[in-house]
Amino acid sequence: MSGDTDLGYSEVEEELRANVRALLADRAPAQATLARTETEQTTDLALWRALAGELGVTGLPVPEELGGAGASWREVAVVLEELGRAVAPVPYFGSCVLATAALLTIGERKILPQLASGEAIGTLAVPFAKPPAGAFPTDVRVSGGLLSGTVRHVADALAADVLLVPAVAEDGTPELYAVTGAYVEPMVSLDMTRQLAVVTLEEVEGVLLASGSNAAAAVGAALEWGAALLASEQLGVAEWALTTTVAYAKERHQFGRPIGSFQAVKHRLADLWVLVTQLRAVARAGAGAVTRGVDVPLCSALAQAFASGAAVTAAEEAVQLHGGIGFTWEHPAHLYLKRAKSASLALGTADRHRARIAELVDLEV
Amino acid sequence: MDAELTRAISGLLTAHDPATTPVADFLGARFDAGLAWVHFPEGLGGRSAPRAVQQEVNDAFAAAGAPTLDSGRHGIGLGMAAPTLLAHGSDEVRRRFLRPLWTGEEVWCQLFSEPGAGSDLAALGTRAVREGEDWIVDGQKVWTSLAHEADWAILVTRTDPDVPKHRGMTYFVCDRHAPGVEVRPLRQATGEAEFNEVFLTGVRIPDAHRLGAVGDGWRVAQTTLMNERVAIGGHAEPREGGMIGVLARTWREHPELHTPAQQDALLRLWVDAEAARLTSERLRQQLAAGQPGPEGSAAKLAFARLNQQISGLELDLLGAEGLEYHDWSFRRPAHPSMLDGSPGYRYLRAKGNSIEGGTSEILRNIIAERVLGLPQEIRVDKDVAWKDLPR
Repeated sequence: MSGDTDLGYSEVEEELRANVRALLADRAPAQATLARTETEQTTDLALWRALAGELGVTGLPVPEELGGAGASWREVAVVLEELGRAVAPVPYFGSCVLATAALLTIGERKILPQLASGEAIGTLAVPFAKPPAGAFPTDVRVSGGLLSGTVRHVADALAADVLLVPAVAEDGTPELYAVTGAYVEPMVSLDMTRQLAVVTLEEVEGVLLASGSNAAAAVGAALEWGAALLASEQLGVAEWALTTTVAYAKERHQFGRPIGSFQAVKHRLADLWVLVTQLRAVARAGAGAVTRGVDVPLCSALAQAFASGAAVTAAEEAVQLHGGIGFTWEHPAHLYLKRAKSASLALGTADRHRARIAELVDLEV
Repeated sequence: MDAELTRAISGLLTAHDPATTPVADFLGARFDAGLAWVHFPEGLGGRSAPRAVQQEVNDAFAAAGAPTLDSGRHGIGLGMAAPTLLAHGSDEVRRRFLRPLWTGEEVWCQLFSEPGAGSDLAALGTRAVREGEDWIVDGQKVWTSLAHEADWAILVTRTDPDVPKHRGMTYFVCDRHAPGVEVRPLRQATGEAEFNEVFLTGVRIPDAHRLGAVGDGWRVAQTTLMNERVAIGGHAEPREGGMIGVLARTWREHPELHTPAQQDALLRLWVDAEAARLTSERLRQQLAAGQPGPEGSAAKLAFARLNQQISGLELDLLGAEGLEYHDWSFRRPAHPSMLDGSPGYRYLRAKGNSIEGGTSEILRNIIAERVLGLPQEIRVDKDVAWKDLPR
């Protein structure tokens, strides 16, 4: 049962948080992140190198003999919270969560050290909206040993050196390939700080990583663990929305008093605080479940069934309670709204996760 | 839990077999061994151990089949009176009251709310006037659970009407059997009388039964109220342990009632209930080491809303059967539990959850002001003598 999970943060985790937060405050201020969205290079590769080289947080759950830190997914979740809190434009979720989870599941040892050190960036080439419990992706087919197909809405592909591509063999067998020769084209994305891409493969060679049930397990684990861990990023987004809005409500004066002294405002912020504390418990339960390998399907579905709506509510409240300034381009609130709404669609919408819960706890129609 | 504590527990269990020792005797021995509230001082049921080990001690006794008191009948004593007595009582008061409270030989109730002082508790008007070594108390209290069974009450009174309301209050322990204490049942929307009105007429309380200084009753009451919110919102439940479990079982047992829209409503509540449960579990893990804080308000706020939504959906699911009610006749429930009652009872009783122990609106103020540090409401009553307030 999840009741046994430690839902708090260890001292080591708090220290990790402080280090990541300090780095992001220094290298990824909101105005720079906003400005980057209108440039050619929407990924902050300098920040990525700092996360990898200075902080060493790109290989946390990877064993030390594979060049990782030998820590756990709980620490990954803390990093995700901070990256969400800064809407940092780095491919951490694609490389250090989705791709790493898939490679760990199949015991891969060649690409994993490169991802763990951060010298290479990877991602899983699936549509970002794909829910974990669905069928194996069929966007890419294998014919004569070569891969062809188009995958739309792929997260973190623009910066990726290697794509993990699920593909269907001629006899229908699910397979997973490592591909470096794909054509990757940016999409105009609702989430400006996590630009999606169309991945096109035209008779491209790949390295076969897994086949049959191993391939299916790798993709399934990546999506299921990803759904559980995405809640921590959503928590970071919601926490930014709450703390920024509370601070604004204390300083913004109308009618001769701080707007935070009006019950119409303070009660909404109190409700939002309750929601964020609940989101924190759900996110920690998700990270704990993945770390311990216990109760993962339910904790993962719960994470997305709850976090999607909670983070969107937080971001929407931030926009509304900031009033006019919250609706401007110059204020970063819209970046968080776009991240929160997109994340709520990512890895399956809340209703799909509720349907999964219904299967798991016997509440079907 | 250190070796000394483990030895003390096993020694107690050997000397007093839980299977054959009368409950009050066993609990008395546990108190005397300093294993009641381990963080309390020696001689008062504790041994000045860290608060964090209390749960382990409780678990060890539970595993040995040791008796505990019914939380319905003794919840106010254990959850609210005991920490207040410890924090603010004189040595004499603590020695007199804590042991029989712990053993269950004496039952406690709480005389706080009044007809004119609900959310604004500090406006209360029950007067206590000094007369020699005693105080003479006159007034009316309301929403008093257990008053008809209690032996003692924690009581907040007005001792100085000429200063602003928060400053003129004094906190007492009141003998519920004293002359002038009259208890009348207060019937609720459910048909039953879970609570009471308590009329106090010329009730004499010795000054030795005062908790805290004269005029310091508000501060003392805060200790009680913080523990109340923890008691209401902060205990661990297994998954589907609360009202959502009742609703889920109803769903599983009545496939003929299923519709897709109601399934989605059910699943939304299941998710919210599980999130609230995990939040309480997280709070419990943190509390195990520290003191209760305003975070307990969040748990209470969340469960009040959930209970109302869940019990409302239960009636919707049942359809025609939801049109019935089990019994409107007057009764005094011994152990009110929403999980055992009828669906209609649950629906009605849950309406009290957002009112009792601090309305949801007051809890939002507490969260906004004490947790988030938002500015206080503009107050018109802060610097006005209590006697001059409009009422």
